[in-house]
Amino acid sequence: MVVFKKPHALTDVPMHYCPGCTHGIIHRLVAEAIDELGIEGRTVGVASVGCSVMSYDYFNCDMVEAAHGRAPAVATGLKRSMPENIIFTYQGDGDLAAIGTAETVHAASRGENITVIFVNNAIYGMTGGQMAPTSLPGQITQTTPYGRDVTKQGYPVKVCELLSGLDGPTYLERVSVDTPQAVKKAKKAITKAFRNQVEGKGFSLVEVLSTCPTNWGLTPVESLKWCRENMIPYYPLGVYRDKGAEK
Amino acid sequence: MPNVIIDPNSCKGCGLCVSVCPKKIIKMSEDKINKKGMHYAVMTDSQKCIGCTFCALMCPDCVITITKDDEESDGHV
Ligand SMILES: Cc1ncc(C[n+]2csc(CCOP(=O)(O)OP(=O)(O)O)c2C)c(N)n1
Ligand code: SF4
Ligand code: SF4
Ligand code: SF4
Repeated sequence: MVVFKKPHALTDVPMHYCPGCTHGIIHRLVAEAIDELGIEGRTVGVASVGCSVMSYDYFNCDMVEAAHGRAPAVATGLKRSMPENIIFTYQGDGDLAAIGTAETVHAASRGENITVIFVNNAIYGMTGGQMAPTSLPGQITQTTPYGRDVTKQGYPVKVCELLSGLDGPTYLERVSVDTPQAVKKAKKAITKAFRNQVEGKGFSLVEVLSTCPTNWGLTPVESLKWCRENMIPYYPLGVYRDKGAEK
Repeated sequence: MPNVIIDPNSCKGCGLCVSVCPKKIIKMSEDKINKKGMHYAVMTDSQKCIGCTFCALMCPDCVITITKDDEESDGHV
């Protein structure tokens, strides 16, 4: 009996991510959710710009590549023209919370029936480790060599908290993948975000705290610890909106 | 009994599986490298494996497959 294997919704293409980058874990969880709900044939993913730009090669469903930050707008168009299809976006924090802030906020406030997977690794990974809106106060990056100074660079954008101020979203949850237990919880949240769409419930976003060992300058194992000790206290895990449960 | 299968050539040597195994039975190959040029994860004592799947849950590259012998069938086909 097989108790654990690669999900069908992932292709056999080797992922280009750096060793130990948790983008890979999050890809697997998305694919497991697609498998469990049996929706691979009618799912269309929207890849964003960032390290996950090539996720169109890794998911077995149809994929579209959006311009930087525009994934929720592209997903809106897809969903409205093909309401029977299941549409998800997979976006980093530079994509979703910097250049794509407007698309994120308005898709959420319109309550579009789409699923957004938001990977927050507190840095611009693809371009070599510049400060992201989500970089922590004091965090050293290529563009904040003395640490992010909140008097000059401002405070991090907390996406779940920000969107929870809107009436539009149906489901907002922040999870992490720093331990096997956390991975199991993240899987539940991601599956729920897809199930909500299948049931026509509206906008669901799961923020996943992720690592970037390469640009954080840490080993993969140290990166999980850094996420646990620095990111989780600043970005508290939990459910920020669940209209299903509120009723 | 759980059976942990690690595909040596798709392993990127990140060590996340090693760090979460409660039985400390996975280690990195010391003298050998795989096709990617990386040290890869190897099972050292499969008898001690409890089948918790922690290693596979943390592997970013789906390198690990876990099977369990069917207890009901008792080894008979
Ligand atoms: C219009 C436009 N502006 C800027 C860029 C450069 N760029 C590529 S990826 C990226 C940020 C990626 O960071 P993030 O979304 O956090 O993803 P990560 O790589 O960390 O997974 C930027 C600014 C671009 N490709 N297109
Ligand atoms: S640069 Fe960072 S986010 Fe991008 S693949 Fe490497 S570790 Fe992952
Ligand atoms: S299944 Fe559990 S005990 Fe067995 S090798 Fe993996 S982590 Fe270790
Ligand atoms: S977690 Fe996966 S890629 Fe990393 S060392 Fe273990 S088997 Fe290899």
